[in-house]
Amino acid sequence: MKRTGVFICHCGINIAGTVDVKKVAQELSQHAGVVHAEDYVYMCSDPGQNLIIQAVKDKKLDHVVVACCSPNLHETTFRNASKAAGLNAFRCEIANIREQCSWVHKDRAKATQKATKITKSTVEKVRRNESLEALSVPVTRRALVIGGGIAGIQASLDLANSGYEVILVERSPSIGGHMIQLSETFPTLDCSQCILTPKMVEVSKHPKIKLMTYSEVQDISGYVGNFKVKILKKPTYVDKDKCNLCDECTKVCPIVVPNEFDLGLTGRRAIYIPFPQAIPASYTLDIKACPGLLPIACGKCADVCDVKAIDYDMKPQIIEEDVGAIIVATGYDLYDKENMAEYGFGKIPDVLDGLQFERLCSASGPTKGQILRPSDKKEPKEVVFIQCSGSRDPENHCAYCSKICCMYTAKHAMLYKHHVHDGQAYIFYIDIRSGGKGYEEFVQRAVEEDGVLYLRGKVSKVFEENGKVKVWGVDTLTGKHIEIAADMVVLAQAMRPSQGAQELAKKLKLAMDKDGFLAEAHPKLRPVESVTAGLFLAGAAQAPKDIPEAVAQASGAAAKAITILSQERLYHAPTVARVFTNLCTGCGMCVQVCPYDAIALKDGKVEVNEVLCEGCGTCSATCLRSAIQVKNLSQHQVHEMINACLGG
Amino acid sequence: MKAEEFEPRIVAFLCKWCSSAGSDLAGVSRMEYPANVVPIQVMCSGSVSPLYIFSAFNRGADGVLVSGCHPGDCHYIKGNFYARRRLNMVKKLLEYVGLEPERFQMSWVSAAEGTKYTQIIKDFVKELKPLGPQTKLRRTR
Repeated sequence: MKRTGVFICHCGINIAGTVDVKKVAQELSQHAGVVHAEDYVYMCSDPGQNLIIQAVKDKKLDHVVVACCSPNLHETTFRNASKAAGLNAFRCEIANIREQCSWVHKDRAKATQKATKITKSTVEKVRRNESLEALSVPVTRRALVIGGGIAGIQASLDLANSGYEVILVERSPSIGGHMIQLSETFPTLDCSQCILTPKMVEVSKHPKIKLMTYSEVQDISGYVGNFKVKILKKPTYVDKDKCNLCDECTKVCPIVVPNEFDLGLTGRRAIYIPFPQAIPASYTLDIKACPGLLPIACGKCADVCDVKAIDYDMKPQIIEEDVGAIIVATGYDLYDKENMAEYGFGKIPDVLDGLQFERLCSASGPTKGQILRPSDKKEPKEVVFIQCSGSRDPENHCAYCSKICCMYTAKHAMLYKHHVHDGQAYIFYIDIRSGGKGYEEFVQRAVEEDGVLYLRGKVSKVFEENGKVKVWGVDTLTGKHIEIAADMVVLAQAMRPSQGAQELAKKLKLAMDKDGFLAEAHPKLRPVESVTAGLFLAGAAQAPKDIPEAVAQASGAAAKAITILSQERLYHAPTVARVFTNLCTGCGMCVQVCPYDAIALKDGKVEVNEVLCEGCGTCSATCLRSAIQVKNLSQHQVHEMINACLGG
Repeated sequence: MKAEEFEPRIVAFLCKWCSSAGSDLAGVSRMEYPANVVPIQVMCSGSVSPLYIFSAFNRGADGVLVSGCHPGDCHYIKGNFYARRRLNMVKKLLEYVGLEPERFQMSWVSAAEGTKYTQIIKDFVKELKPLGPQTKLRRTR
């Protein structure tokens, strides 16, 4: 005989304000199999939980239903209380009568009736539950980090310094990301390369980090604690162990293509090193630019290489790795200037984007740190900076705020003034958003010490005229039309998820938000976790953010990954599919529909791999003979729940 | 009985990850909708067997709703695609046996769509009221 106890929570007035909890308790006490029903003001409080424990003991209850808030909130609390009373955790179920009843209805009689039905249906479910223990699986105690920007670097170092092996995959030839392209960083004007290169070197020398550059994640399978990853290692055609960085190959290479590192402000050869401090320090032969690998096509680089480091026979490799946790730090790209019709479609040579201006200011940049405009290499005397270029413009471009542009534009204007003392910097802005430690002071410093002229308003048009870049705008504070014949214009382009992030997200089964940034599991409380267990997010792949935020999130993601990697074993919900072999005909339909390949045919019957099974139940809806069922949510249970829902 | 007074009884199968969470959000946001729907939480819309639908109508439901994650956003990767295909067939079958097509509905409600869930329930109840009680598949005692 099943002896079920029902406990109805008032939740203060949250439930009791709309639902007549006494009546629910009274109705339930008459339900078949219910031997105890009571209500209490806060079931989740210690006295409330003790009430349950005491009733289980006194009335010899074997099942418990708590009618309260959503199971997402207190299921664990009440299952633990039931465990404390000596019951198996799965002998306790939650009836959601707050979010799905009392909070959405006003009519007391109807809400009470509905709450009764929900609770009765839960009673019907729980009394057919079985005792289950969590399944445990061993954990592969190493991690994969995707993306070698500052976020990926920080996450890798934190994991490696905690003693876990890390595989860091970066698709370009060197780690460093966008941060290595920057000249100085706000608000301290620290040299970006000077603070990043020590971390890059640490990554390359760390015994626990396996660095795979020029590589891409191709495929992923498995589950939290035990992922299998396939990584494509693209051939660089240069043996980095033999290469002595003599640079003879680039001198003979006849091909020049735009240099990605300088965002097209300079050219590079088909065989190249992205920048002098590249990690790993080695050359890469860009097969797309190279006339061909056959010596007959060119072969000049191999001819001059004294150490025979160039190997045209290098082939793409697929490398398989097992990891327990994955951190995705794929970063951002700037919104393409070509989208900006009003600012010349990216066609005007002296209209740059923020990253190009960084290269222009950088001591390692195309002009060795002198600010010279690209068209005629003259020093620009008037420079217009345009904020929110592509951001905060839902009609035409991106609706969101890219967050970092207010600060880096102030920095750009400041750096410009430090280089060109007699120049004038103008900044067009909508608002100044300078939340952050020392950020507001930094903007004030740009205005007060460097005489940067802030103009509140949008620029309507940028065009070329007589060797100048004409800017038409409006100052909304004075209401005046403004026309500036500038020498150079810098656009603070919106941040976008990096190219290819969407395809990667699909492979990893990660959700994306409406703008294509990776979606976190909860916007407030789980900002570094993805919806998929074992996958974590770091850096600008999740949302626009500045360096300290990216670093903090990376450390957070690493700590979250360690919560998995530090376990000997991981526990997996035991509510998985079960086969009734006497009913199974071995038709294999369930095998085909299983999203996790957890079902296999063996000797004419199917078998479930309980570790792979997530308990979705798609198999059970497919089976014509009801021969496969999910534990504790069987078809019989659902039928009885339906019955209870419709009773009365 | 006058059609206005009729209160349809509806069973809603909500997937745990999207639609049940969306329904929770409607509650957290204190939205309001008619109390005609009793929800049953399932793991995935893909686990909703056609038998559940028939069973509900057989036991006197005036309407049945199945709601899952948006196609492409299934927590279990592709369960809702199976649900969509399978339940469309169920819908055709129900129409074939003479049930009003309004009585069985499918929807895709994400965890962020409390408003959408509220609207779906409001519309569903409104559509069912003029139809009166469902007797076609109801078990006669």
